[in-house]
Amino acid sequence: MTLSPLNTLVLRTSLPVMFGYLPLGAAFGVLFSELDYHWLYATAMGLFIYAGAGQFLAVGLLANQATLTEMAVATLLINSRHIFYGLSLISRMPNRGWRRLYQIFGLTDETYSLITATSLPADIDRGQFQLRITAVNQVYWIIGCTLGAWLGSQLEFDTAGIAFVLPALFMVLTIEQYKHLRDMRPFVAALLIGFGTLLLISREQMLLIAILLSLSVLMMQYAARRTHKGPEA
Amino acid sequence: MNEFWYLSSVIALLAGVTFLTRALPFMVLGRVADHPLLEHLGRFLPPIVMVLLVIYSFKNDVAFSVDFLPELGCLLLVTALHLAFRQALISIVGGTAMYMLLVQMGVG
Repeated sequence: MTLSPLNTLVLRTSLPVMFGYLPLGAAFGVLFSELDYHWLYATAMGLFIYAGAGQFLAVGLLANQATLTEMAVATLLINSRHIFYGLSLISRMPNRGWRRLYQIFGLTDETYSLITATSLPADIDRGQFQLRITAVNQVYWIIGCTLGAWLGSQLEFDTAGIAFVLPALFMVLTIEQYKHLRDMRPFVAALLIGFGTLLLISREQMLLIAILLSLSVLMMQYAARRTHKGPEA
Repeated sequence: MNEFWYLSSVIALLAGVTFLTRALPFMVLGRVADHPLLEHLGRFLPPIVMVLLVIYSFKNDVAFSVDFLPELGCLLLVTALHLAFRQALISIVGGTAMYMLLVQMGVG
């Protein structure tokens, strides 16, 4: 069987994502299997939700028996970064109709970076390339989620402590945010607000309250900056 | 509510919200996306949310006592690994493996 130049390019380009998504998806799956639900639900999450940090967060929320409102708000906020960097793709996406919808659905951090960072040979159709990259990346992710959940529920190995992947992932994302922003203030503010809420206001509702407090602070800061027209705050 | 309907509604809800965050810029087509308030929030909200999520992960463990040292130590390991190699997988797997080791030896 010979692969077309397009498929060869898609597989070669997506190889690093495969090495990332298979183990990370499997880590999600193992973590999910701790909840003692059927492994097919992990497959369904990879198929219908398809979000790394979002799915890890969902396991934590399910384990903590969060309400549907908390789940929706937390997911919205953890994914809110997509809102701000999806913009740069609008003019670079030639596909229309269901292909475009699927591409938007599958716009993960990794797919976004492959689509924006790869320069294509002249004989390769850009739309087809983007569509297939999106699809194979999701296939890697679904395989990872399924294998992890299936193995986690079949094998009896000691998984105590594996839930640490979640804070570890958030820690990594925090560092990436700092490298990008190079400004300590939001991090210090978040530490103060987070621990303040946890220790003084509420343990159970910490995430929601702390996020709302942060939003208020940011909006007041924005309003103050507008009124004073002061230096960049 | 049985398990199937509960998980199906959770999955449907999260799928909808996730799709919404990805589709939003395409729906508004950049008309309000360059509003300065949105830029301000888009710049500062994600780092705040990430830090809050780290803290939230330990909401039942956070205490000013030695009990929290393994968690803190492993978070520092994740940070050190990430600053050294900047490979998300190495940082996450390294920190988690160390934490699992500590927990299973009875330290955590």
